[in-house]
Amino acid sequence: MGVGTFFTSKLDEAIGWARKFSIFQYPFVTACCGMEYMATACSHYDVDRFGAGLPRFSPRQADVLFVVGTISHKMAPVLKRIYDQMCEPKWVVAFGVCTCTGGFYDNYATVQGIDTIIPVDIYIPGCPPRPESVIDGLMKLQDKIAAGAQRY
Amino acid sequence: MPERTARELFLGEGPGTGSGSQNLYVNLGPAHPAMHGIIRIFAELDGEVVVKTDVEIGYLHRAFEKDCEAGPYNNAIPYTDRLNYVSPLINNFAYASAVEKLLGIEITERCKYIRVVMSEISRVCDHLTCVGASAMELGAFTVFLYMIKAREFLWELVEDVTGARLTISYGRVGGVKADLPDGFGIKVRKAFAEVRQVLTEVHTLITGNRIFMDRMVGVGALSAEETIAWGITGPLLRAAGVPFDLRRVQPYWAYDRVEFEVPLGKNGDNFDRYLVRMAEMEQAMRMVEQALERMPGGAINVDFEGREIPADAYVDRGKQGKTEGLLLLPIALSPNLEGQGREAQGRVNVADKKVVMPPKETTYGSIEGLMNHFMLVMDGYGIRPPAGEAYFAAEGANGELGFYVVSDGSDRPYRVRCRPPCLPPVAALPRMIEGQMVADIVPTFGSVNMIGGELDR
Amino acid sequence: MDGSAILARLRGRLGARVLETHEHHGDHTAVVAREGIVDALSYCRDDALLRFDMLMDLTAVDYLKFPGREDGPRFDVVYHLYSVAHNHRVRLKVAVEQDAPSVATATGLWPIANWLEREVWDMFGIRFEGHPDLRRLLMYEEFVGHPLRKDYPIERRQPLIGPNV
Repeated sequence: MGVGTFFTSKLDEAIGWARKFSIFQYPFVTACCGMEYMATACSHYDVDRFGAGLPRFSPRQADVLFVVGTISHKMAPVLKRIYDQMCEPKWVVAFGVCTCTGGFYDNYATVQGIDTIIPVDIYIPGCPPRPESVIDGLMKLQDKIAAGAQRY
Repeated sequence: MPERTARELFLGEGPGTGSGSQNLYVNLGPAHPAMHGIIRIFAELDGEVVVKTDVEIGYLHRAFEKDCEAGPYNNAIPYTDRLNYVSPLINNFAYASAVEKLLGIEITERCKYIRVVMSEISRVCDHLTCVGASAMELGAFTVFLYMIKAREFLWELVEDVTGARLTISYGRVGGVKADLPDGFGIKVRKAFAEVRQVLTEVHTLITGNRIFMDRMVGVGALSAEETIAWGITGPLLRAAGVPFDLRRVQPYWAYDRVEFEVPLGKNGDNFDRYLVRMAEMEQAMRMVEQALERMPGGAINVDFEGREIPADAYVDRGKQGKTEGLLLLPIALSPNLEGQGREAQGRVNVADKKVVMPPKETTYGSIEGLMNHFMLVMDGYGIRPPAGEAYFAAEGANGELGFYVVSDGSDRPYRVRCRPPCLPPVAALPRMIEGQMVADIVPTFGSVNMIGGELDR
Repeated sequence: MDGSAILARLRGRLGARVLETHEHHGDHTAVVAREGIVDALSYCRDDALLRFDMLMDLTAVDYLKFPGREDGPRFDVVYHLYSVAHNHRVRLKVAVEQDAPSVATATGLWPIANWLEREVWDMFGIRFEGHPDLRRLLMYEEFVGHPLRKDYPIERRQPLIGPNV
C-alpha cells in the first residue's frame, strides 16, 4: 500500500489518458448512419480533434468497433467474426438506434440490437444520431476508456 | 531427376512440379473499406486479372416491402427515406406520387415546384457523396473532405425546410409536410455559391489528373446496347451516350417548366460516369434556382384585421369548446409548426379531405376539422385509394426509381414494390469487371454508386 | 406508340393467350396466359414497332388476402417493360397457381431477369423454369420460407446463423 499504489494508479491514469486520445476505430458501416458517421468524421464536426481521426479498416489494427447502421441476420455472423478478430483492449459503440434495439425494423430480417451478439460499451441512439450526439457518445467512451473499464 | 528451375522451385509452377498454376479465390467484403455499403464480391483471380466474379447482396435487407404493408399509406414514408439514404427526398416524393396516381389526384402547382427544388438538392447531395467516396477510394482524400463539406451546406438547407438532415420524412400523400421557410432563396444562393466553389476546386484537383484518369479511363466500360439490356438507367446509361432522362422524356412535377441540359458521355467507362455526375450537379443547381423564381404562391403573409392570438391560447380555446369565430383569427404558430399554417397547407397540399390532414387551426378550431383529422389518423380509417395498381417512376440519382403500389381498397397498401435503380448495375458488375484487374474493381464499384438501403430494401 | 395501340398489337399477335387487357390511371396492362409469356415477352422485345428493349422490373404479388381473389390463382408475376427507342411502357401479368408455382424464365431475353427472378424466388417461392442459377438473392441460404408471402408473419424470428451459434 502507499507509494506502490500511488505509482500504479498514476500509471493507470497515464495509460488511460493515452488510450482515450488515440482511438483507432473500425467503422463497420452498413446503412444510413454511415452518412452521419462520414459527416462526423469530416471537417465540419471533426473527430480528429479527439484523436480518433484515423479509421483502421482492419479489425486487427483497431481498438474500437463502431457498429454503424442496421445489422441484418445475414450480416450478424460477419459482425461477430470481426469482433472476435479484434485484440483486447477493445470497445464497442452501438451507433444508431438500429444497432441499439433494432430501430423501427421489428421484422424477420433485422437483429434486434447488437447486444444480443456482442457486448456493447456505448449506445448512441438516433435515426441517424446528429453529429453532436455522436461526439457526446465519443466523449463518454473516452471517460470509459480512461477509467480502464472493460466489458468482455 | 532433372534440375528444377528457379521458377519451379519458388513459384511451384511448371512441368517439373506436377502442379499447374491455379487461380486464386479472393473474397472482397462484406465488411470492407469501400464505404458504400455491404456487398460481397467473390472473385476468381489469375494473378491480378479477374477471371470470374460472383456478387452476393442482401446483407442490408430490412424488409421494406413487408413493413410498408403493415401500416397506413403515410406510414411508409419513413421507410422510403431509408431506401436511398443519400437522396431521401426523391424516394419520399416518388412513393407519394405513386399513391397519388392510385388515388387519381393532382397536387398543387406550388407543391410540384417544391418537389423539384428538394429533389434536385437531394440529387446534388447524392452525387457529392458518390464522387467524394469513390475519389477517396482512389486515394484523393482531399476531394472527399471538400465534397462532404459542400454536402454539409446542403444539409443545412434541407434541415431548414424539413427539420432533419438525413432521414427527413418530408413528403406526404397529397403534398408535402410544410411550406418552404422565409428567406429560403437567399440561403440557397449562399449554399450554392459554396458548392460551386467546391466543384471548381475538385475539377482542378482530379479531372485532368494523370493518376485519376489512368485509373478511370477505359475501366468498367459497358456499351450502350449492353447497358440497356441489363436495365441500367441513370448516369451510367447517359455516360454510355443514351439520352434517357425521365425528367426530359416523361416529365413529371414541374420538370417541363425548368430548362436544363442532359449531360451525355461517350464511352460508358468510369471517367465518363464521373464527368456526367459532375455536370449533373451543375444542372441540378440551375434547376433549383429557376424553380425558386418561377414558383407560384409568393410570400406567406396575408392581411387580417384584428388581433393575433398565440398558438397555445388558440388550442386551449378550441379544446374548451369556445370555437366561435376561432377560424377567422390569425395565429402566431409555434416554431415547430413553421410552414404548416392554414395558408401554407392550402398552397402545398391537395384540397382533398380524404387524403390530406387538416391544418392545426382547423383541427382545434372546428368540429369538422377534428373529425377530418380523426378519419385520417385512426386505425381502420385513413387514406383509402380504390382497389387497383399504379406504377410511378421518378428519375432518382442512380436512375429510374419506380414504385409499384397495389391497393385493395383498405387503408393499408396491399403491396409496395420499389424498383431499385442500383440493382441492375450491381447485377452487371461481374460483366463490368471481368477481364480487368483487381485494382479496377474499386473505381468501378465506386462509380456504380450502390446504395445498400436501395439495393437490398 | 399509344398504350391502347400497344395492347391491340399484342392481342393481334398472341390472340387468345392475352386473357385480359385494361388501362388504369394511364398504365396499360395485359394479362397473359402462362404458356404464352415467353412468346409475349420476346415479341415485345423484338417487334420493330414495340421494341421493348428494357425490362424495368420483374416482381410478383401474392393475392392470398385480396378481397375478391381469395379463390383465384394466388400469385401474379408482373413484368414492367420500357422502350428506350420509342419511349413507351407496358405491363404484362401472368397468373400463377399456388401449387408448385412456376413460370418460364426471361433470362434469355434480358440478362437482368437473372437477378430479378432470383429475388422473386427468394421472396415468393415462384420457380422460374430454365433459370441458370436459381438461388436466394436477399436472404441467407439457411433461411426457411418465403418472406413476402402473405402467410409469413413479419415478426417471425429465425434462429441466428453463424459459426458460434
